[in-house]
Amino acid sequence: MKKSSAEKSPAKKKPITKNTAKKSFTKTSASDFYRLRLYIAGQTPNSIAAITNLKKICEDKLKGKYRIEVVDLLVKPQLAKGDQIIAIPTLVRRLPPPVKKIIGNLSKTESVIVGLDLQPVS
Amino acid sequence: MSGANSKPKAARTSLAKVPTGIQGLDEVTGGGLPKGRVTLVCGRAGCGKSLLGMEFLVHGAIQYGEPGVCMNFEETEEKLTANVASLGFDLRNLAKRKKLLVDYVSIERNEIAETGEYNLDGLFIRLAHAVKVIKAKRVVLDSVEALFSGIADAAVLRSELSRLFRWLEDQKLTAIVTGEAGSNSLTRHGLEEYVADCVISLDHRITEQISTRRLRIVKYRGTSHGTDEYPFLIDEEGISVVPITSLVLTHKALKSRISTGIATLDEMMEGKGFFRGSSVLVTGTAGTGKSSLAANFVSAACSRGEGCLYFTFEESPSQILRNMKSVGLDLEPWVNKGLLHFNAMRPTCTGLEGHLAVIHRLIAQLRPRVVVIDPITNLISTSGSYDVKSMLVRLVDFLKMEQITSMFTNLTFAGDPQERTAAAVSSLMDTWIVLRDSKPNGRPRRELYVLKSRGMAHSREARELIVSKKGLELGIVLNDHLLATNAVDPGAVAAAE
Repeated sequence: MKKSSAEKSPAKKKPITKNTAKKSFTKTSASDFYRLRLYIAGQTPNSIAAITNLKKICEDKLKGKYRIEVVDLLVKPQLAKGDQIIAIPTLVRRLPPPVKKIIGNLSKTESVIVGLDLQPVS
Repeated sequence: MSGANSKPKAARTSLAKVPTGIQGLDEVTGGGLPKGRVTLVCGRAGCGKSLLGMEFLVHGAIQYGEPGVCMNFEETEEKLTANVASLGFDLRNLAKRKKLLVDYVSIERNEIAETGEYNLDGLFIRLAHAVKVIKAKRVVLDSVEALFSGIADAAVLRSELSRLFRWLEDQKLTAIVTGEAGSNSLTRHGLEEYVADCVISLDHRITEQISTRRLRIVKYRGTSHGTDEYPFLIDEEGISVVPITSLVLTHKALKSRISTGIATLDEMMEGKGFFRGSSVLVTGTAGTGKSSLAANFVSAACSRGEGCLYFTFEESPSQILRNMKSVGLDLEPWVNKGLLHFNAMRPTCTGLEGHLAVIHRLIAQLRPRVVVIDPITNLISTSGSYDVKSMLVRLVDFLKMEQITSMFTNLTFAGDPQERTAAAVSSLMDTWIVLRDSKPNGRPRRELYVLKSRGMAHSREARELIVSKKGLELGIVLNDHLLATNAVDPGAVAAAE
């Protein structure tokens, strides 16, 4: 159980507004690690639901292999352009490649799993 | 252009308007787009919607001190910058000065999985951020319909769009939203349902291989507007719309007179020539000296120091200069002095509307006192006769409003002296000079007479037109028995009017 420095550096490029879930990482190969960024706009019911739903799915499917950043666009509106955010909430899978984007409050778990292409934990 | 004419109309309404800076459009709308409201501009691909939007922003930023944001759903900032650079708009510079901001919104078709409830706050935040950064007063969304391909939930999208339009109005932003024309509705996705204030439709038609662009104000709440289709032109200077400059005949008739350029022709018209600001039609068969007459008129105007604009649709300017030298007329000094401007175009290079748009724009730019169109026959050949009539009404009205004296030449054909188009346009004309060939006793000669000239006791006699190296001269009055048999019957002309 070591922190992967390779995974840490890209996070510094973009300011992170909130780190709601900073887990200690399992040392896995880079392709296994999930870096997820959730865009919200204030503490709306959908935003809160999305955070809760995401944490739960990650704990179930990706325990120890993920990292979530939550970006509140009300605080950092300039970040919306980079990931081409239109809908709120939007979840972006930044790693592993390719980048994937799903929208909604993540209540449809099956859609989230398909959308993020989550492999079951072995 | 004819700002003085459209002002009273704008003053009557209390609705605040924002000028677009697009030539002609502000006249047609009586001052521009509704301030703080959303205007829908719709039409098919390539009809000029995006350009209209960009011009609205660029003119706003440069001329009216109103910064603008373009949220573009179709083209990247780089592409858009390159596209409008050909029109002389420097978007990069405007962006640097915080006058204009382009935000490219990319929507990946079918790539976004939906996992529950959402709204379009991301879009709102981006727009609000851009508006705040440059303190924008104008917004263009081009084309917001792209969202329909990326967002699967149409119900969410529709409620969000209506929220977006309301938000724009709450922020007191004057906005243009573009939409693709649908087959049974104004726009494919029914955007017109959300826009209550102003809807402009653009059209691009091809009739007999000649394209014409037209603009129509479908709806403009709280203001009177023309419901006609207005032709417009897109060229290297952007969009120009040809408006009807007067819906009523209000132009002031001038009493002053100007020379025709031929002393003996002046004599036939009370010794004074044409009324200033009047329209003159010169008809004649081939080779009767129509262009020479026009050139004399222009030369006389130039020698008085008046600017002239000569539209030629048959000959190149250098050809005219050469030919006129052969009849003792050197126009070159006037060209060099900048008093005489030639504009040569092939009649078929654009539709009649295009030509008229060019004519309007050049007149607005150069502000001549005399305009010659030589000949209108060729313009007529590019379009149906109904179109010609309505367009000429617009042009003649415009010229009279600007108090420009105009001369139109028209080619008629032998044996057809009462040529239909000539009769159709003659009612618009104050003066009609007829030139013709005749061969009494086997000796060919040119004849000229003034068929009509409103407001003056003109001569009704036919005289021989002598064209020589020394110039144009009128000969003796021809006696009745010397007149050609195919003389135009004045009674028939009166009936045509």
